[in-house]
Amino acid sequence: MAETREPRLEYVLRLGDSALVLGQRLSEWCGHAPVLEEELALANTALDLLGQARLLLTRAGQMEGAGRDEDALAFLRDPQAFRNVTLVELPNGDFARTVLRNLLFCAFQEQLWAGLRASSDAELAAIAAKSAKETRYHVEHAADWCVRLGDGTDESHQRMQEALDTLWPYTAELFTADAVDEAAAATGFGPAWASLEAGWQKLVRPVLEEATLAVPAPTAFRSTGKGGVHSEHLGHLLALMQTLPRSHPGARW
Amino acid sequence: MERRQWPLWEVFIRSRNGLDHKHCGSVHAPDAKLALQMARDVYTRRQEGVSLWVVRSDQIVASDPQAKPELFDPAADKIYRHPTFYQLPDAVDHM
Repeated sequence: MAETREPRLEYVLRLGDSALVLGQRLSEWCGHAPVLEEELALANTALDLLGQARLLLTRAGQMEGAGRDEDALAFLRDPQAFRNVTLVELPNGDFARTVLRNLLFCAFQEQLWAGLRASSDAELAAIAAKSAKETRYHVEHAADWCVRLGDGTDESHQRMQEALDTLWPYTAELFTADAVDEAAAATGFGPAWASLEAGWQKLVRPVLEEATLAVPAPTAFRSTGKGGVHSEHLGHLLALMQTLPRSHPGARW
Repeated sequence: MERRQWPLWEVFIRSRNGLDHKHCGSVHAPDAKLALQMARDVYTRRQEGVSLWVVRSDQIVASDPQAKPELFDPAADKIYRHPTFYQLPDAVDHM
């Protein structure tokens, strides 16, 4: 059952939780990436996302006013309280799926940060300004990989196409309008996510085209992570991420 | 299964205060653009630099280590090549 909160708080949690969960996913590549160089690239991206999540969850905690800090929000909430989009909680799959998801999500973040720089919330605007630089690099790195693998060997092309077929339906959630979106846009707090689709398509489509990948036809499927209704994967991810602080409350290094 | 390695690239970084790029290591990468990104991700995580060069390692022409005696030893006893025998006016200060 999804809790209902003040729309602006929901909006910030969607941003913060999505960054946190993708950061956690990418950190799973530590020790498993195909080459050392890419291992560091993925870890760098994961740490950037974690840094964004920390700022955003701290802001969410302030707005909530219930005394919860970034750690309380990250480690002591159950899956149904998370507001990340479903796209970011899906398992990494192979390297193709990992870099394609980075492209799809980070390109979306790029639109978000641009819109948030004019936010009526000064803190959020500052977070967006800082994060935009990180995200530009994430998009470039992911896009370069997508082109090289999509337009690479028969096997790499096939894996990229499978990744796109799997992930594309989950991108619809990013742009599905709802009351939270409308309230944020109406108050100048942040852009309605639905309004970011055109810019996102403009960024993502040429990359997929250069990668010789076929974009799947739209379907009626809508994932519902940002409403708090998640896939079965989020619980497992959080169990791993939260086990230490939950088993040893207040543990310090 | 065939396992071809990506080519090796030498990485040069110019630090914030440095005037010249200094060699700092190498990365494997499939092409020049990704080599720059790999170099960025491996070698500039702690604000080490503000500019990067990468160059294919096999494009560097190196002197032969075996030729050290004839290349470098002859300079050892030419101390007059160091400008330490001149009296500099005080006004020049440190040169």
